[in-house]
Amino acid sequence: MKSLRKHIDKIKPNFMPGGKFSKLQSVFEGFETFLFVPNETSKRGVHIHDAMDSKRTMTVVIFALLPALLFGMYNIGYQHYLVNGVDAGFWATFFYGFLAMLPKIIVSYLIGLGIEFAVAQAKGEEIAEGYLVSGLLIPMILPIETPLWQVIVAVAFAVIFAKEVFGGTGYNIFNVALVTRAFLFFSYPGQMSGDAVFIRTGKHWGLGAESLVDTYTGATPLGQVGLVDSSVPTITDAVGNPLNTMDFFLGLIPGSIGETSTLAILIGALILIVTGIGSWKIMLSVFTGGFLTAALFNAIGTTGAMMLPAIDHILLGGFAFGAVFMATDPVTASRTEKGKWIYGFLIGFFAIAIRTLNPGYPEGMMLAILLMNAFAPLIDFYVLDANIQKRVKRAKAIVANNK
Amino acid sequence: MANVIKTKKGLDINLVGEAPKVEVLASPVRSYGVVPDHFSGIIPRLSVKEGDHVQAGDAVIYHKNEPMLKLTAPVSGEIVEVKRGAKRKILYVQIKPESTIDYKEFDVANAKMKSREDILNLLGESGLLALFRNRPYDMIVDPKVTPRDIYVTGYLSAPLMPDVISLVKDDLKYLQNAIDVIGKLTKGDVYMGVKKGTPLEVKNCKVYEIDGPHPAGNASVFINHTKPLNRGENVWAIGLTELALIGRFLATGRVDMSRKVVFAGSCFESAGYATVRSGSEVNDLTAGKIEDGKRSVRIIDGDVLTGTKLTEDYRYMSPFSNIISAIPEGDDVNELFGWAALGMKKYSVNRSYPTFLFGKSRKYDIDARLKGGTRAIIVSNEYDKVFPLDIYPEQLVKATIAFNIDKMEELGIYEVAPEDFALCEFVDTSKLELQYIIRKGLDELYKEMN
Repeated sequence: MKSLRKHIDKIKPNFMPGGKFSKLQSVFEGFETFLFVPNETSKRGVHIHDAMDSKRTMTVVIFALLPALLFGMYNIGYQHYLVNGVDAGFWATFFYGFLAMLPKIIVSYLIGLGIEFAVAQAKGEEIAEGYLVSGLLIPMILPIETPLWQVIVAVAFAVIFAKEVFGGTGYNIFNVALVTRAFLFFSYPGQMSGDAVFIRTGKHWGLGAESLVDTYTGATPLGQVGLVDSSVPTITDAVGNPLNTMDFFLGLIPGSIGETSTLAILIGALILIVTGIGSWKIMLSVFTGGFLTAALFNAIGTTGAMMLPAIDHILLGGFAFGAVFMATDPVTASRTEKGKWIYGFLIGFFAIAIRTLNPGYPEGMMLAILLMNAFAPLIDFYVLDANIQKRVKRAKAIVANNK
Repeated sequence: MANVIKTKKGLDINLVGEAPKVEVLASPVRSYGVVPDHFSGIIPRLSVKEGDHVQAGDAVIYHKNEPMLKLTAPVSGEIVEVKRGAKRKILYVQIKPESTIDYKEFDVANAKMKSREDILNLLGESGLLALFRNRPYDMIVDPKVTPRDIYVTGYLSAPLMPDVISLVKDDLKYLQNAIDVIGKLTKGDVYMGVKKGTPLEVKNCKVYEIDGPHPAGNASVFINHTKPLNRGENVWAIGLTELALIGRFLATGRVDMSRKVVFAGSCFESAGYATVRSGSEVNDLTAGKIEDGKRSVRIIDGDVLTGTKLTEDYRYMSPFSNIISAIPEGDDVNELFGWAALGMKKYSVNRSYPTFLFGKSRKYDIDARLKGGTRAIIVSNEYDKVFPLDIYPEQLVKATIAFNIDKMEELGIYEVAPEDFALCEFVDTSKLELQYIIRKGLDELYKEMN
């Protein structure tokens, strides 16, 4: 450790203003602070600081994402071997998914971090850690068959236009990962929904089954619900076996990579809540809003989507994933505690309402969160206004008394 | 039975280095200083020049806009140097003390019977009026303004702070007279806030017992929970330890700035209580008491949240200090992958370090590192948890950064002082200098409004 520190101290002057590589100062500092906690001490203000910093915050979120990510990888393999009718064993199943997923993660980080580094360097600022989380979220909310070039285009679009133009991490209005998803959804709808994209069928890197059986449906459960007109929908897996609520909870079903297992997501939620990084208020209110809305539609019950039991609604699609990892994004959510209740509840409401009233568009969660991202400042405005009015009223009473 | 104010929000940071209840002898002091920066808002003008001789209690500096407000010499001796910084700003006026202190005598007989004007003059001349702080703006008071009420804060809730009674017990006999006299400065009441269970019997003031974690002892919390401050109103605040100095002055007619302080912090080898004089050179006071050479040490005039680090230009003890702290500086520490490591010795209010499992009574040796890079405000609701006022701190900070005066007023800028944001600054993941932001905002707001 000491020799590494010495080496860094030796080469550091090259990257400082006036040095040979001073144009790469931000990049150098990015790596330096990645390796060592900065030993810069406080100059004015408090003399001691909490050990928490933005790197630690992001690390905890990544840690919380791991159960869903690992499960998602296994599920890619599981769906693949299921439609091929092959029992490949646990490790082969997992590695098939791992290898299918890896390029997406690498590409997402390469492009996103590349842009972040370049912008930080151009502005002469330190590199913020925000993309560490977005970079992993993005591949997790995509169908497995999304082409890599689309990931590249969407990541570049989202990082530049949803984040950097607003000023970078901490200043964005919309959740960056969801903007990536929305960009892809509206630009390449064919690759973002339908039967063909949620199950990887081909072999890759020598792994996977040779041939494909003739009949399988890769539609996600919500995709299937959309097709049912006016009866309680029966949902099946890719080879026609019926699925029940427990299957939806465990998550061995077709869907976007990280979104299928509510169980894995809840483990992540637990990590976020225990560490205090994710707002339990938002999570709880999203689930409550979604459940109550779905229950209301159950009571009306004229279409398949309306008749899908409320509990199934919140287990399916990106609902749980959005509630735990997207709605709680502190930068784009409501910042006041009262606001968080309203914000979360409305996300739950809109997600189910969009899904149910427009069954052709099963992924309501994404749009619900983006919509509420736009309204979060308005919610905060009214929460703050109540506090402001209290102060104004008090001041007026004083003036009146003095008269 | 006194009224009780109970606050829940806040944080008691358990630091290693609490002072044992023993008396230690402060080392002899070779120079004293009068520092304008100890008094926010003062525009200093010199009453003396280098080479002059002063008595303890002689005016050294006066306020340009209000010449009756003076800063006086804590000891008698020779003015050795007027140290100036950038733009000829006066950093300090250095006094070389004599072996025995020669006090200027003030006429304090029957102070209680005097008019408000005379009391103001007496306190102004002796330099003790400068110990009051005005709210809003948290700065020196304007003697032309009669405050709505006066608040005395007697609960030292910051980390490593001692029990207030142990600091003022010798002066308790003077307290009632001081309360009666300052009561004449306001048209309202004198409020006194003490820690719950503090045995203090005083009359002619409204005593409140305060119960809660730091910053429960701050004046803002006390004011906010009794009679919140509104636009256009002024109150004055003073610490109980400073009021004790006024009490002693009113009894003796001398400006005697000696007081008890605590030497505390993990870098003190001999921590404890010492009798010192405000304006002492802190390095002299602590000589021989700080651990030697093991690690880089930071000595702080004041507590670890609101005090000032000793530097070449900042050398003298503030008259508002009840504690001299010494903690590790930390600039000699290099932690590989510290942000990812488990961190079994690290303290965080969040639970992302496992140390939360050890409970709240565990003590931590925290150094002065920022422990992260400065970022935009990302995490929400961090400040609210440690901010016990009915105010939205994050939004107020943002309005202050933008210097949006209307928003600042609406969100309660008049009710706060920089010290109220100290804990917010401590917990802040984004490592922003919140106290500085608020101080700057208040100064600019004052200029804008006056």
